[in-house]
This record gives sequence, structure tokens and C-alpha cells, in this order.
Amino acid sequence: MMMQKNSSAWLWVLPLYYLRKLYPPPPPPPSNLHRNLMSKQFQFKLVLLGESAVGKSSLVLRFVKDQFDDYRESTIGAAFLTQTVTLDDGAAVKFEIWDTAGQERYKSLAPMYYRNANCAVVVYDITQSSSLEKARTWIRELQRQADRSIVIALCGNKADLEERRQVTQEEAKKYAEEEGLMWSETSAKSGDGVQEIFTEIAKKLPLTALPSARSGAARPAGGARAGVDLNRQAGANPGGDACNC
Amino acid sequence: MDEEYDVIVLGTGLTECILSGLLSVEGKKVLHMDRNDYYGGDSASLNLTQLYRHFRPNQEPPAELGRDRDYNVDLVPKFIIASGELTKILVHTDVTRYLEFKQIAGSFVYRDGKISKVPSTEMEAVKSPLMGLFEKRRAKKFFEFLQGWKDEDPSTHQGINLDKDSMKTVYEKFGLEAGTQDFIGHAMALYLDDDYITKVARPSYERIVMYTSSMARYGKSPYIYPLYGLGELPQSFARLSAIYGGTYMLDKKVDEIVLGPDGKFVGVKSGGETVKAKQVIGDPSYFGAGKTDGEGGKVRVIEEGKVVRAICILKHPIPGTEDSDSVQIIIPQNQVGRRNDIYIAMVSSTHNVCAKDVYIAIVSTIVETDKPELEIAPGLNLLGQISEKFVTVSPLYTPTSSGVDDSIFVTRSYDATSHFETVVDDVHDVWRRVVGKDLELKKREVEVEA
Ligand SMILES: Nc1nc2c(ncn2[C@@H]2O[C@H](COP(=O)(O)OP(=O)(O)OP(=O)(O)O)[C@@H](O)[C@H]2O)c(=O)[nH]1
Ligand SMILES: [Mg+2]
Repeated sequence: MMMQKNSSAWLWVLPLYYLRKLYPPPPPPPSNLHRNLMSKQFQFKLVLLGESAVGKSSLVLRFVKDQFDDYRESTIGAAFLTQTVTLDDGAAVKFEIWDTAGQERYKSLAPMYYRNANCAVVVYDITQSSSLEKARTWIRELQRQADRSIVIALCGNKADLEERRQVTQEEAKKYAEEEGLMWSETSAKSGDGVQEIFTEIAKKLPLTALPSARSGAARPAGGARAGVDLNRQAGANPGGDACNC
Repeated sequence: MDEEYDVIVLGTGLTECILSGLLSVEGKKVLHMDRNDYYGGDSASLNLTQLYRHFRPNQEPPAELGRDRDYNVDLVPKFIIASGELTKILVHTDVTRYLEFKQIAGSFVYRDGKISKVPSTEMEAVKSPLMGLFEKRRAKKFFEFLQGWKDEDPSTHQGINLDKDSMKTVYEKFGLEAGTQDFIGHAMALYLDDDYITKVARPSYERIVMYTSSMARYGKSPYIYPLYGLGELPQSFARLSAIYGGTYMLDKKVDEIVLGPDGKFVGVKSGGETVKAKQVIGDPSYFGAGKTDGEGGKVRVIEEGKVVRAICILKHPIPGTEDSDSVQIIIPQNQVGRRNDIYIAMVSSTHNVCAKDVYIAIVSTIVETDKPELEIAPGLNLLGQISEKFVTVSPLYTPTSSGVDDSIFVTRSYDATSHFETVVDDVHDVWRRVVGKDLELKKREVEVEA
């Protein structure tokens, strides 16, 4: 079977060569890379951290789907979402958003979580001063564990609950300045400040960095990671985009 | 912690993490605990501090090795077969989104005192010294036979019955030399010893087809490897579990497996508290492995041999491998007068497992004598100068009972094979015992994309 006309006897000494014809390797990434560089789309990993119930998942829900849920359960299910921000100069910044999925609750967050995070949103609840303490702990942890170039934004959520405020703007802002963090307040409920914080982060990210395999720099979007793509089935329609993120 | 769980999982090795991920997706309420403060158990990848704490508790890592966090050193040397069963699970559960893979650059076999590349291109096949000209022609006929085989078409069978005839019969039919048999059986079918030769040919046929289709998939070798080390695999399944509500507790000592009056599992005692669950799954170390005095309760595993592994830190690629950044080298048992093959698995900074210009090679084999380190000498000798070496002799444990009666399900130790196929077998086996039916891999719902 599969004998080709112009093959020398050598061609068949081992099956690998003609198997390659049966299962053509996936198309090389450069076309993708090219496409994404041309359209100036960059993909960044963003992680969320903060005490339970400060509104991490609510912020993501507002940002990604412009929804809010008053009776949100602790995070189960979708803890991996993507959303794209388009900047004034036309550059598209795609965030690959990781939520903690509760693994931090018993100090069991996997190193994989911080690995190559380009940015982190550390959330506290302005009505709970203890949550700012927890945010400080996470920031120390990030400074220790994460990539040095990580962009960290401190975010005071539930700003709609002004009457119950425990954390003053001055206090949080001062701390953020000392640590060199971005800072702002948001309300996932009303939507105030949510889009802005993600856009500000997008502006701060090094869009000039050459995309390289998870080196802390931006990655070209569209599944064109430098390694092998398992989702691309052997023999699949070449050029078909197997990205499912 | 007065909640009750469906399943408590002890140990965060790959087997346990795949199981807790899949069980959580099925809607089971899972509590996953580990006595260590890191993920991965025996299949972890350690940074330098953890590595030295593990092997040389009284020694600081040498400064010349570089930054602690650049290291993710695997405790168990394994690669992922590109078209194998683990790949299927990775794709079906979508944990691939948390992982990034690279190919292993080459596969080599030891023959007559030196190593040769397993050909992956026409040119390499032509030049390969592994077979002489006439033997290549015979081998070609053999491979064409395997490739052309169709169960339903007797004209492709050439008088062979894969389910009755032994592999020996098949080799003899094509007149393959002993050296070629070594190559096919050990470097392609990945058998550790020669027992397969006298057994029916079907499993060997399947292994060779899996090898060649894996090889064809990405081109350089049949193997892929996750960036940042194998320890990423259990972490990714742990995240899957957590996303589906699994609770994770590391650094949690397990004091006791609590049984009811009927001898059935009731709960796990940790830090003075007992957490209840219907079932428990755990690696052998939580069920008396290596303990003879009954410490930690009844011993529920038995030893089935030992593996010796030497983790070697090198400052150069392995000589004779064309400076490959990653390789597998197989030393077939016949070549060095043994019963079991010796394996070398090497990865490097390309895979984000160590500092630049450092190479991590693990030499391993099944122990046959009372001097295990001497047994791996033929492998160590191929490495050139070794900067650091950590040798372990690990017993391989297997559970003494199915767990169906007492709701206690024990997984197996990581064996000497060079890949994860047997780990997946164990996952299927435990699943069947725990759930009572076969594991079906359904593709997970794809999450919202905005
Ligand atoms: N008033 C008000 N409530 C909010 C806001 N953001 C979140 N909430 C509420 O706070 C509760 C917790 O929100 P989540 O988004 O689940 O918090 P989380 O940080 O993801 O919590 P964990 O997943 O447990 O770590 C929910 O009841 C939300 O409805 C906000 O901006 N204003
Ligand atoms: Mg949440």
C-alpha cells in the first residue's frame, strides 16, 4: 500500500517517512505568528488573587460578559476566560484570565498559577479592612514567586458600598505607591471602574516584547504557542485553527 | 471540616490528580490532601531547594547551579507518547490550556558500545548504522506488513495470526536478525525485557504502530514533554478538580485511616480531626508502603520489585547525541547482559527545567542485583562528566486488594517504563473499582469565550 511512483527503495527502510505522509505534521506556527503580529494581537496571562468573597469572580464576569450576580457562589466552573481589550492605537490585547478556583484557601495554590503571569489583579473589599491585609500578603507572594516583570494592580472592589467603607482611598493609594503598584477602585455591581482597570493594565504591558514561549513576554494569540499543539489532530485540516482558549 | 465528602484523595501524584480531576468533573465532592507542601508526590518536579532537601537534607544547593526557581527536576523519568493514552486524557479534559509542550528532540539506541539515532527521516534511515543493507530490506518488508495489516482483510495477513502466533514467529517469517529484533522490541515497542517475544504478537503490533504514528505526528521523536517539568501534569489536573469544586489541602499530615466496626472506610484523621467520606483513594505511601511495624495502620500494599534511578546534573549535552537538547537513550538488555533495559531520559533549559547550559539526565532500570548503582553504570558511562548525582532505589508497590469491600482504593507506584501508558492503565483500573464502570472520556464543555 501507499507505494509512491518515484520512491527509491530507501524510502521504505523504515516506516517513519511514509507515515509522515499519512499523518502530515501540523502546519508550522510562523503563518499564525505572522498573522497575529500583523493584526497586533497580543495575549497575556492575567491572574486574580485576593481573599474569598472580595469579588474576584464578579469582576471577571463584569469585564468579560458585562453581567453581575448578587448571589454568586464561591467560584466553581468557569475559572478560565478570555477577553480582548482594544487600545487607542488599534493594538488588541487578549487577556487569558485565571481565577484561583479556591485552591488558595488552604494555602494550596499551585506554582502553575503564577507561572508566566504577565499581570495580576489583587482584589480587596473596601468594606473589609482585613481583606487589604490579605491583599498585602498576596502582593508579597507575587513579588517573591512571580516573574519580575509582572504588572500588579491593586483593586478596591465594592465601591458602591460607600456607606460601609472601612478602607480609605488614601491608605490604599499610599501603599500602592510605596510598592509601585497600579491602584484603583471598582464596583463589579455597578460596573464602575472595571473596564478601566483592565484597559490601564493593557496599556502598561510591554507590547513591544517579542513573543516567545512563556518567557514572561507577550505571546502571540491564536494558539500559536512555540511548542506542539496537542489539540491539533494529526492529519487535521491544515490551517484550521485549533485554538480553543 | 465537618463536611462530608464523596471521595478523599491522598497524595497529589499524577495518578491521583487525574482521578480527582475526572471525579470532580463527574460531580463528586472531592477532598484532596497531600502531606508535602508541594504538588506531585512521587511524580513531582522539584526546585533546587526542594531537591536538596529531598536528597541531601544537610547540604545547601551549590551556588554555581544558578537560581532556585529555574529548576523543575523530575523525580521520575517519563515522557509523553504523542499518540498515547495520556495525550487523549489531556485533550479530552482540556487541561492542555494550562500546559505547553515541546518535542523530545531525539531517540537513541545503544548498540555494540555506541549509540545511534532512531531514524526519523529518510536520510537518517539511509545512513543509519543500525542495520545493514539487506537487513534494511527485510525490515522494510516487516514494517510494510504491519502497516498494511487489516484485521478484516486476510490478504494482508501473509499467513500470520496476530492473536495466535508469537512475535518470534513474526520475526522469523521476515528473517530479522537478533539486533533488529532488539531494536524493534526495545526501541520501538518499548518493552523492558524479552518476555514479549514468546507471547502473541498483537500487543507488540499495537505498540509498534503507536510508536510510529507518534513519531510521525510531530517528526523528531515519538515523545512530547511539558514545559516546566512533569510536575505540571498533576498540577493541571488538580486545577481541573478545583474548578469543579475539589478542595485542596497541601502540607497536611494524615494520622490515620479511620475504619468502622465492619472494617469499611469511614474517614481520614488529620491534625486531630476526622474528615468523613464514602471512599478513599491514595498512593501506596499512605497505606503502609515500606512500613513493617504497622505504623499508619494496616499495610495494604506489597512490593513487586525495585527501580534504581540516578538523577544526574550535567554541564553539557550527552556525547554522541548531536548536542540534542533532549533525548531518550535505550540500552537494550541483551547489549549489556541484563534482563531489563537501561533507560536514559534527558531534558534541559529548553524545557524550563534547569538553568541555561545545564542538562538533567535520569538513568534508570529495574533492579536485578543487590548493587543497583553498579547496574546503571553502562548508562552513567554514556553521560560524560557528571556534576551532581542523586541515586534512589524505589520499591514498586501494588495494592493487596481491590478496595471494593472496604472502599479503600490504592494506586500503584510509578514503574520503570519510559512513558505514562501504565499510569493511564492504573487510572482506568482505579476508576473501574471506585465508580463501578468503565471510564469514558467525554470532552469537557468548552468554557465561554467572550
Ligand atoms: N455590592 C457589591 N457586591 C459585590 C461586588 N462584587 C462582588 N460582590 C458580591 O460579593 C460576593 C462575592 O463575590 P465573588 O465574585 O464570588 O467573590 P470571589 O472573590 O470570587 O470569592 P471566592 O471565589 O470565594 O474566592 C457575591 O455575593 C457578589 O455578588 C460589588 O462590586 N459590589
Ligand atoms: Mg471566585
